[in-house]
Amino acid sequence: MTETREAKKVEKTGAKRGLALVDNLLMPALAVFTGLLVGGIIVAVSNDAAIAAWRGFFHAPGAAFKATWDAVSVAYGALFKGALGSPTDFFAALKTYQSTGDTAPLLKAIYPLSESLVAATPYILAGLAVAIGFRCGLFNIGAEGQLFMGALGAAYVGYSIIGLPAYIHLPLALLGGAVAGGIWGAIPGYLKAKFGAHEVVNTIMMNWIAFRLSDWLLFGPMKASGYRPVTPNVEATAELPRFFPDPLRFNWGFFFALAVAAFIYWLLFKTTFGFEIRAVGANPDASKYAGMNVMRNFVLVMTISGALAGLAGATQVLGVDHWVGAGFSAGYGFDSIALALLGKSHPLGVVLAALLFGVLRSGATNMQSVSRIPIDLISVIQGLVIIFIAAPDIIRWIYRIRIGRTEQTVLTRGWGK
Amino acid sequence: MANPALQQSKTSNRNRIAIGVSLLVVGLLMYGVFGIGAQPGQTATFGMNLVSSSQAFTIPDLVLPVQLSLNLLVLVTIFLGAWELARGIRSTGWLIGVVSFCFVSAFLIWATADKSFNFVGMLSSTLGRATPIALAALCGVISERAAVVNIGIEGTMLMAAQAAVMTATLTHNLLVGLIVAILTGAIVAAVHAVLVIRFKVDQIVSGVAINIFGAGVTSFISQRYLESNVDQLNNSGTFKIIAIPFLSKIPILGPIFFENSPIVYLMLLLVIILYVVLFYTPWGLRTRAVGEHPKAADTLGISVFFVRYVNVIIGGMVAGLGGAYFTLGAVGRFDQNMTAGKGFIGLAAMIFGKWNPIGAFLSSLLFGFADSLQVKMQILSVPIPSSFLAMAPYIVTMIVLTGLVGRAIPPAADGTPYEKQ
Repeated sequence: MTETREAKKVEKTGAKRGLALVDNLLMPALAVFTGLLVGGIIVAVSNDAAIAAWRGFFHAPGAAFKATWDAVSVAYGALFKGALGSPTDFFAALKTYQSTGDTAPLLKAIYPLSESLVAATPYILAGLAVAIGFRCGLFNIGAEGQLFMGALGAAYVGYSIIGLPAYIHLPLALLGGAVAGGIWGAIPGYLKAKFGAHEVVNTIMMNWIAFRLSDWLLFGPMKASGYRPVTPNVEATAELPRFFPDPLRFNWGFFFALAVAAFIYWLLFKTTFGFEIRAVGANPDASKYAGMNVMRNFVLVMTISGALAGLAGATQVLGVDHWVGAGFSAGYGFDSIALALLGKSHPLGVVLAALLFGVLRSGATNMQSVSRIPIDLISVIQGLVIIFIAAPDIIRWIYRIRIGRTEQTVLTRGWGK
Repeated sequence: MANPALQQSKTSNRNRIAIGVSLLVVGLLMYGVFGIGAQPGQTATFGMNLVSSSQAFTIPDLVLPVQLSLNLLVLVTIFLGAWELARGIRSTGWLIGVVSFCFVSAFLIWATADKSFNFVGMLSSTLGRATPIALAALCGVISERAAVVNIGIEGTMLMAAQAAVMTATLTHNLLVGLIVAILTGAIVAAVHAVLVIRFKVDQIVSGVAINIFGAGVTSFISQRYLESNVDQLNNSGTFKIIAIPFLSKIPILGPIFFENSPIVYLMLLLVIILYVVLFYTPWGLRTRAVGEHPKAADTLGISVFFVRYVNVIIGGMVAGLGGAYFTLGAVGRFDQNMTAGKGFIGLAAMIFGKWNPIGAFLSSLLFGFADSLQVKMQILSVPIPSSFLAMAPYIVTMIVLTGLVGRAIPPAADGTPYEKQ
């Protein structure tokens, strides 16, 4: 009797694990796949040659399909080649290195991969920023402004202080980014806690204020000498060291971001504070009655969230660009929402999603130059991915998946509640 | 301590002191920044006529002595602050309203010292700038009264704006563009409705996805098609300004309200229609019932889903009209991300307007005023960086959202999906 019960229990947890696998791996994968599929349709529709071939569909149906396939495969081929490099190039370069000791071709072969990891670095941090907000029931759609402020903060510390050793200057510059971003996140957090003002609208407003403020800073107090509205280059002591010679920009920022992800994992799942965050996110009323300070959690989490986004900006400045210019943060805010949703607000999931988006973003540049597809295609795909992640029923319906019907998460807390 | 009434009076006491002190600070600040530099002989001239106006007769410009007016405004503010500290003023909303008026007037007079400034011109552009915000706010009112939060208004307006300008340029017919914009809004809203009603997607997530998709798809089309074919696709021209006979001849009010783009008139009309529909028709009653207590409405035989679908889609059409204003009403071409947060500001206007069409319209005017003020101030070359002036609408939005002035209660079921039993 007890044995069967035990067996049943085991079976149940086994089934549960299966469901979790479907939920956490299969559904996001299918969502991304479907997003890419729809993106492919858009590529085909906007390709002149493919459209011309479809005009003559009744004369040569095969040509229409072929032209469509060509358009899509060229675009996506360029995308992935631009992001990951080609294996044949790599092995050829490896051979050259073994025979002649020349590293140049090898560096050239891993350049695309390095660029993808470089692109993934701020994504990891910005995705974590949104994810930790989600865990507490807060929707931070202002990562873009926080990231910009973080970048400016890091740049300011980076170029204005001269003569410090790197082991002090670099952490200080990163801290500058975290503080600037943290302030930008803390304001909506405070307004939410104190007045119940909805953070979605307020973080967007903070974005626009950040853009205007950065206009002023870049044309005024923080402008480098010269014509362009950009900050001066940061001191060498504030730079995140690079691993390879130029033009490879892969740097310590990537590992810093991974370390931060591990820290956030520890914070969320291994500490009392993390438990409180998740409890408040799951049910603020119950948490309040259990004696937790919901309002304090709101402010703290928004501050941490802003600081993470600020760090994302800081790693980009200190590791990659070394200066900040207008439009620095364009697109990161929305990308980070997609990342957090795709990664199910779990640090590991966010890292994986960030790697994927890093590949898409860095490859999109190559796609644009090869087949004239604007980079914004990636935003379209992201919007679709978010919808598919948020509405798993659509994916279930498309692919006829019957198992694993999980509870919908409701993030909306309404206005002023 | 346990007495809640006592605690209540204690917190209200603390609030009273806080407001009183901050008003005093504002008063002193006004004196320190605006009043202190004013010279006895300075005057500020406010133009009361539009340059190209059809009004019956011109009225003289308003010429104010700078120092006297500033001192008067400062005194009023300080007096109100002191009164609040000592005795308390019952209506905080009025108090803050009057002080804001004093502050803005003082700012205007200070900025216009020894210059001339077309006041009616600014008010007239206020209405224009308020139009897309008001339409976004109306969209919010319609759907949220039926308990569906639509945060994707921004993306909806972007897509509608672009669809409008493209079709209008292709067909050489602005009306076609307008209709296409409204249809685009309806389609996008229908997608939102299906996602949140049928698939029970979180309403904020769906709205954000629409914003991302909208920003992406419009930028995509812009770069792929519009930039290389400006004259064929992105040059529609704008609706002619229509002056309403007789009414436009009224001084001051005429040029502000009765010499506008047709979209502005449509907006004004929609405000009234929606107000009547929402509060004086069976459909409005049903909408409000669905927004407040869907289960009760369902019990009475109202189809909750149907009401929600219809309201969200009509809201989308209104937002589409708002999108058309950006292109067909204002500049006649599409620029990437030209809505610049107006959809979100519209949501703030809706909240400040207490989910009421007329309230939403009036608060949109406030945002429109902040927006047109910053533009005019740049022309006056005020010694404040234009970037800071450009922050004004956003900061006003955030202040409004704090609910210090007129806290409102949203529809009870707002944002929650309905599960039919």
